[in-house]
Amino acid sequence: MPMTITEKILAAHAGRDRVVPGELINARVDLVLGNDITAPVAIKEFNKIGATDVFDRQRIALVPDHFTPNKDIKSAEQSKIVRDFAGKHQIVNYFDVGRMGIEHCLLPEQGLVGPGDLVIGADSHTCTYGALGAFSTGMGSTDIAAAMALGETWLKVPESLKFVFAGELKPWVGGKDLILRVIGDIGVDGALYRAMEFTGPTIENLSMDGRFTMCNMAVEAGAKNGIIPPDEITRAYVEGRCRRPCEFYRSDPDAEYVKVFKYDASKIEPQVAFPHLPENSRAVSEAGHVEIDQSVIGSCTNGRIEDLRDAAKVLQGKKVHKNVRLIILPGTQDIYLQALGEGLIETFVRAGAAVSTPTCGPCLGGHMGILAGGERCIATTNRNFAGRMGHTESEIYLSNPAVAAASAILGRIAGPWEVE
Amino acid sequence: MKLQGRAWKFGPDVDTDAIIPARYLNTSDPAELAEHCMEDAEPSFPPAFQNGDIFVAGKNFGCGSSREHAPIAIKAAGVSCVIARTFARIFYRNAFNIGLPIFESPEAAEDVREGDKLAVDACSGIITNLTTGRKYKSAPVPPFMQEIIAAGGLINHVSNRLKDKE
Repeated sequence: MPMTITEKILAAHAGRDRVVPGELINARVDLVLGNDITAPVAIKEFNKIGATDVFDRQRIALVPDHFTPNKDIKSAEQSKIVRDFAGKHQIVNYFDVGRMGIEHCLLPEQGLVGPGDLVIGADSHTCTYGALGAFSTGMGSTDIAAAMALGETWLKVPESLKFVFAGELKPWVGGKDLILRVIGDIGVDGALYRAMEFTGPTIENLSMDGRFTMCNMAVEAGAKNGIIPPDEITRAYVEGRCRRPCEFYRSDPDAEYVKVFKYDASKIEPQVAFPHLPENSRAVSEAGHVEIDQSVIGSCTNGRIEDLRDAAKVLQGKKVHKNVRLIILPGTQDIYLQALGEGLIETFVRAGAAVSTPTCGPCLGGHMGILAGGERCIATTNRNFAGRMGHTESEIYLSNPAVAAASAILGRIAGPWEVE
Repeated sequence: MKLQGRAWKFGPDVDTDAIIPARYLNTSDPAELAEHCMEDAEPSFPPAFQNGDIFVAGKNFGCGSSREHAPIAIKAAGVSCVIARTFARIFYRNAFNIGLPIFESPEAAEDVREGDKLAVDACSGIITNLTTGRKYKSAPVPPFMQEIIAAGGLINHVSNRLKDKE
């Protein structure tokens, strides 16, 4: 019986030879994640269960990253709940301000997730780790509380959709553009309850950072998980990071998919998603004249070193438009250090950008760049829902980092080729 | 379980930012969250939600973030259940886990008008529009979800399992 990579990982964690879509399974989890918004609710529920301790203090990751460094008293109180719980239960992977990063940049970087793992997190973008060939999915706080106590969770085995990309990418096109194009084609519920498997020669040549971006946004199509078959690029990334043994699963050639989508990747242009849904994507060249007030480069979608390099390439020797605030948020402390070492931070500051400590901050309208009514922002984040970044009458346009940088220079949505 | 209340209609793809904006996520207190429930989605905000009222929405209700604060806010606002064409998957799980009844019914999502009086039989999944007399079917609740409901939510379900393990 052939299986997809998603089915193989689920079967292995359920102690089964095989599973089929639609089946409910109880699966062992390798890592459970919570942040400063979701963990306090999980901790409250955990305390109701009557468990004396967590299932494994090494396999829980707590990352206060959304409203940190804390923006107000209430959010500080929420973080304190997480800090106290981490202390009480001696949680090994607790990352506080100064050591932290945006959770989905941080966990892979720290080697806490690897190929073949099953990870659940109380954050919808937990699906990011599919880029490593892991099964990972977002859940709510109560599910996370149960998993912290039991070390297992219940899952419905999803059907799979396959997306095959062939062809060489055009200049300035990356993972963000591929995934925005896909969501534009299938819609924000086009993969509802399903697995999205990304394969093909283009993906085989895509860097880890590009792969993280693609799997990160699987949830924006409603998917349960996004996943990429692990290969030598994956191996090079996890070697020296992952302390646990990894399993490199691949889908069987005759595995079943609900639908297979084929893309000529060489025809895809840099994309921009118009308000107020990620499915409103179109080519930057067809965006028309859209003036902007703010540009945000960062987030769990595009806050990694390659993203910052792309932005710096565009911003090098240029100035941010006088009407634009450019805010850049490196994803983790390590990424920040690497960007410092490569001179990227100096490029940003000289261009007139504000560079922040790692935080989810403006992406969810938390802090560090909230929009006023009527303002427009181009952002490398993942959601452009009405009011997501502030006032309900503000607008968010999603793009890759090079486009966000070029737009910051020109004061309107623009492709990087326009500032070369 | 019989649920009864007035319908509040919402469109497709109501996201969790609209249900409970992130600016209020610096608390996890249900009563406080309830005050801001649907703040960015309901034009007449603050709405006069009455105990038992029912949300009726289009496809993909609850898409976006994993925040359990969304179903918590709806439940704490006194809403008895949510009917939608489809639900986003994390919201779907969360609603069951915290004990907010939800029903997938494309027929009801299509036909019900704002302000209609509805009665829902949670066991059979039959929705009756008391204003028009029409009846709608909803997708049956999977047996495993029924177990969670019977246990009184996921936390009780897990508590029982932990006791079994001992």
